[in-house]
Amino acid sequence: MIELTINDIKVKAEEGMTILEAAKSVGIHIPTLCYMKDLFPSGACRICVVEVDGMRNLIPSCAYPVKEGMKIQTNSSRVRVARKTIIELLIENHPQDCLICVRNKNCELQDLSERYNIREHRYVGEKKNHAIDISSPSMERDPAKCILCGRCVRTCNEIQKIGAIDFTNRGFKSNVTTPFNKGLNVSDCILCGQCILVCPTAALRERSHAKEVVNALNDKKKFTVAQIAPAVRATLGEEYNLPIGTNVTGKIITGLRRLGFDKVFDTNFGADLTIIEEATELINRLSNGGTIPMFTSCCPGWIKFAEQNYPHLLDHISTCKSPHEMEGAIIKSYYAKKMGLNPEDIFVVSIMPCTVKKFEASRPELSEAKLPDVDAVLTTRELVRLFKVAGIDFNDLPDDEFDDPLGESTGAAAIFGTSGGVMEAALRTAYFKLSGKELENVDLTDVRGFDGVKEYSVDINGTTVNVAVVNGIGNVRGILEQIEKGESKYHFIEVMACPGGCINGGGQPIHQKPEKVEKRARALYEIDAKMKHRKSHENESLKKLYNEFLGEPNSHLSHELLHTTYVNRKKILEEL
Amino acid sequence: MEGNIFQKYPKNDRSNLIAMLQDLQEVYGYLPEEEIRKVADHIGMSVSGVYGVATFYNQFRLTPLGKNIIRVCRGTACHVKNSANILTALENELGICAGQTTRDKLFTLETVACMGACSIAPVININDDYYGRVTVKEIPKILNKYKKQEQAVSIE
Repeated sequence: MIELTINDIKVKAEEGMTILEAAKSVGIHIPTLCYMKDLFPSGACRICVVEVDGMRNLIPSCAYPVKEGMKIQTNSSRVRVARKTIIELLIENHPQDCLICVRNKNCELQDLSERYNIREHRYVGEKKNHAIDISSPSMERDPAKCILCGRCVRTCNEIQKIGAIDFTNRGFKSNVTTPFNKGLNVSDCILCGQCILVCPTAALRERSHAKEVVNALNDKKKFTVAQIAPAVRATLGEEYNLPIGTNVTGKIITGLRRLGFDKVFDTNFGADLTIIEEATELINRLSNGGTIPMFTSCCPGWIKFAEQNYPHLLDHISTCKSPHEMEGAIIKSYYAKKMGLNPEDIFVVSIMPCTVKKFEASRPELSEAKLPDVDAVLTTRELVRLFKVAGIDFNDLPDDEFDDPLGESTGAAAIFGTSGGVMEAALRTAYFKLSGKELENVDLTDVRGFDGVKEYSVDINGTTVNVAVVNGIGNVRGILEQIEKGESKYHFIEVMACPGGCINGGGQPIHQKPEKVEKRARALYEIDAKMKHRKSHENESLKKLYNEFLGEPNSHLSHELLHTTYVNRKKILEEL
Repeated sequence: MEGNIFQKYPKNDRSNLIAMLQDLQEVYGYLPEEEIRKVADHIGMSVSGVYGVATFYNQFRLTPLGKNIIRVCRGTACHVKNSANILTALENELGICAGQTTRDKLFTLETVACMGACSIAPVININDDYYGRVTVKEIPKILNKYKKQEQAVSIE
């Protein structure tokens, strides 16, 4: 233990702690911009500077370890002037269009300006001028709003290990951009949107589809259907100051009805359907000598990553469409037929925690007879914006239920939104299909949690099935290299591109509270635990769907509607 | 020649990045996109990372050089002697900005900090020729000399 004084308060800190951490432990706030918990400090932004007795210069508290007997001032007038100057300089090289900015009231630069009481423009001068990158269907980059904190670069390089963006040029011309400034769509970007979640300003944001959705809602001829991803219900409340991990399913359904949607279905139904198809596919591959290990295909970020970097391994990926695409395909076929609707008049909107889903929905492989399975994708954040403009006071909404029949779901589907959830759900059904017996304990805690790679082995009828769960795309390369070398012991592998799974997806509410991933996951496991049916094959509406329409899992019709193909994007990118 | 560069440096060693880029620029006169991608693959860095380094240092060029390189001194003495006007005149005459190359690849325009010829400020330098006490009026005449050289070569 080390003893030091911060602002005349005696503080006990552990060896190796930074000044920032020691100050936080006694409730002293030091502002940060470039700081990222658990990553090596970069000390670039200098906003966290403090004054240390006996040292000539101000030092960055995020990067400086505590020492015995240190005397620190975190809020002296010298420190305040330094911080204020940094903020003023950042603001003056920023568009200052807060009133019409998508991050208005949720912006770290705005917060700092308010906290440091900045009331005048002292450094008016030349501003950087960069074009907005709208090349991708999922995301926009607006470098004019960038304050060069580097959090997106580090997230992309060090956490996701993609490296699509980096600092270029220097001095006044410094800019975070893609190689050769060519745009995200021709870079290594997988559109996961993790960079959006760490961006302090609106320099990174989703490409909004709100206009298309509002137009469809206003179009009397359109039969509008909304579906909600498992992870959205556990996070949307955060935008309305509800505690992290509040389940707001009922309120979202009411809200969507008030927006004017004709039907509100649950992507969880599609998730149950995915499990039936995927578990059947796995069993077929295991028993017919198919390509093993098989990867899950729910995460479009993972799919894009594999297509761009490991096209020779695409046979390993399940051919199942992702849950919302399956749901969309069923809405435009089975449901349309049942209700006597023309599929061309149906407009399916997916409310997703994800930015890549926007790209996914636009894939030509994911449409039947030129009709896309899903017409528009809104992120959690975009839905909140629609609620606001529609005059919906979310917290006062009564709860409502999903529409039948594509609104029924099991607990297995609920946990799709967290890392390990798809695996757990798939095993619950695969166990039953392979052994004819139900799993006694459906809580497979070994695949839960937030380790980078989780392993689990289950004995089914005398055969050992080895599975792995990859939590975050940054952890997938090792697993893929094993397969390349022919050394993989696994049969089935789940990959989620975002650390923590969809609950931490790129379309989710933006804030830097470290407990968010765990609390959101807990909400989904609670939904699962409370369900009457906790295995996908117990979904009654699903059984009916197979009896009335699809026939068998992996039948000819299932393949036509619910399975897809992948593209060698490495080749496409190289030819550009 | 270019192949040797990739053999010369071990794979997956980032410490050779700058040396590799310098060698490649020696061969091509600039850093072609294709080569930057190859370097990234060779040393195990992202393309954006290598591109970032290549744009950070002034010594690296990402576009091919023109046949004639014009350097305008923007040092203190030349600045006092209105080298800003010289630069603007050259930019107007060539239709490019400093740092760019004309479409016919005949001229590349650059600025430098000081050539050590302050006594004859303002100075410009084209290839191996130095021009002191330059005036805006002279610029077309100076450029014509190099345009004519090019024409002579093409007639031959």
